[in-house]
Amino acid sequence: MLEMSQISKVYRTELVETHALRELDLHVEEGEFVAVTGPSGSGKTTFLNIAGLLESPSSGCYRLDGEDVGALNDARRSRIRNAKVGFIFQSFNLIPDLSLADNVDVPLRYRGWSGAKRRKVIGEMFDLVGLGSRKDYLPSQLSGGQQQRVAIARALAGQPRFLLADEPTGNLDSEMAEQVMQLLEGINREGTTIVMVTHDPDLAARAQRNIHILDGRASDQPMPAAAVVTKLEARREAAHV
Amino acid sequence: MFSYYVALALASMRRTPVLTGLMVVALGLGIGAFMTTFTVYYLMSGDPIPHKSDVLFAVQLDNWDPNSPPTESAEDVQPQLTWQDGLNLMRADTPATRQAHMYSTGAIVVPEGDDPPFDENIRGTYQTFFEMFDVPFLYGQSWTRNDDEARASVVVIGRELNDRLFDGENSVGRSIQLDDQFYHVVGVIDHWQPVPRFYHADGTYRALADTEQVFVPMNRAIDAQWGPRGNTNCWKMPDENLPLFEGFLQSECVFTQFWAELDSPEQAGAYKDYLDNYVRGQKEIGRFERPLNTFISDVMEWMDVNEIVQNDNRVLVRLSFLFLLVCVLNTVGLLMAKFMGKGGEVALRLAMGASRRHVFQQNLVEVGLIGVLGALIPPAPPFPSGSGSGRGSCPG
Repeated sequence: MLEMSQISKVYRTELVETHALRELDLHVEEGEFVAVTGPSGSGKTTFLNIAGLLESPSSGCYRLDGEDVGALNDARRSRIRNAKVGFIFQSFNLIPDLSLADNVDVPLRYRGWSGAKRRKVIGEMFDLVGLGSRKDYLPSQLSGGQQQRVAIARALAGQPRFLLADEPTGNLDSEMAEQVMQLLEGINREGTTIVMVTHDPDLAARAQRNIHILDGRASDQPMPAAAVVTKLEARREAAHV
Repeated sequence: MFSYYVALALASMRRTPVLTGLMVVALGLGIGAFMTTFTVYYLMSGDPIPHKSDVLFAVQLDNWDPNSPPTESAEDVQPQLTWQDGLNLMRADTPATRQAHMYSTGAIVVPEGDDPPFDENIRGTYQTFFEMFDVPFLYGQSWTRNDDEARASVVVIGRELNDRLFDGENSVGRSIQLDDQFYHVVGVIDHWQPVPRFYHADGTYRALADTEQVFVPMNRAIDAQWGPRGNTNCWKMPDENLPLFEGFLQSECVFTQFWAELDSPEQAGAYKDYLDNYVRGQKEIGRFERPLNTFISDVMEWMDVNEIVQNDNRVLVRLSFLFLLVCVLNTVGLLMAKFMGKGGEVALRLAMGASRRHVFQQNLVEVGLIGVLGALIPPAPPFPSGSGSGRGSCPG
């Protein structure tokens, strides 16, 4: 699904040259739920931007769904991004003066679908995240967890095969975070590939595989399935208590 | 996508109403100021009668004070003629195809019924006026040459006056009362407003004035002793031994306009020679004490001679353009500040699949909408930038 080999990204100014990624090799299979961890400044955001086709690598090869996407022009990259990639952000990033339905409509507008098709998909997405009665609300009328569910609905509206989540529970309390994680796990079970950047080791433990980025290089850290089960059970018990 | 962009632009403008208002007002002021000055400039510099502006010539004869500064060009000569010179030229067998003598005057129109009397500007002229200047007739036609010679009480009225006095009906054959005399209506002219009003373009103010609604034979207007309305310039006092109006007519005071239709350069040359000979003849009887200075100017040259487009107008257009530029630059600055503040939304839209082209188009629609709103602010009405030709004058 996602293959990065020898990916480097260098930001140059007149005074300084910053190597955000250094010959990063990374591979994500279709249907995987991968957690990407690493300290601040390690290159996680740059990795997400390149994976989501928002930036081009300085060198190396990036294949998405078998297609070399490293050197495409902006129009082609935006079409692939729109069709195959969904984004979920830590701070939800809903447009404050658009209704929830209009927020979910944003990626569909660039898809060029008819109004009827867009309305149908939007309805399905709101049913999926359990906010079907609040489509006409403004983002400010919802809690943080509800806003993140709308953001997930927006990310899924275009039926992407690949979801990039940047600290999706970072701004939520534990109960809301759990709801969002369960939603993401459910989406993953449906077949959507998810790459989630997180600082939270508990959340990372719930992924099928962990990738640790340090100083712009990735190291694969498979998470034992038993550890995941143990952590999940512990969290559920805590929630019931 | 265009309607989507318009909806987004409106939402964005609602989000920052003060900033949007500032931009719209800035653009409105700039566009309003520029369009006002440019419209005046455009109108004043246009050809008011393009199909024959090169064969219609205004006539100037230098009858002025011999002690005045020497004449170097047409601009230095009075733009009007004495009544006597105009009359002489109309009676003479000149090489011109047509000639028209005219002056601006006025009288009280007394409507039938209970409507109150009102003052109306009148043009005293000859029947050739209507043919020379291709004046369109709604009903009837101009009076005849015989009417001119017979000093007949006939009148041609304008459409607006016809609407006012006769409810727009064909009034040919009916009469209107001007002061204490009745005048027989022979024609009604349709809307006719040459801009500038070249046939009496004595200064910017008069060049922008409405055409008259009443035209009467000049000889009849003189018989009625209707005094001139417009610049009347004299360099010496009329003969006090004559009755007041008669003395004024026989004086060196200039208040009439004179036009000749000359269809070819040869005809124009011959006409100029005729004018020179006329002045030489007048010199023999003690008039025209200055060196021989006669000028004929076609319509566009006449606009220059009368400085219809003054340098002030040109400077004003340039200044208002610079003002518009400043307004646009201010608006660009405000827009940049606004769009910089939308960086988060732009990044989000890019992540959602928008291309840079989509984002550019979205912002362009917003800019266009602000521009349209700015342009819709009505500009101040055009106003004349001067009221006289700058030459010395005394009330007539």
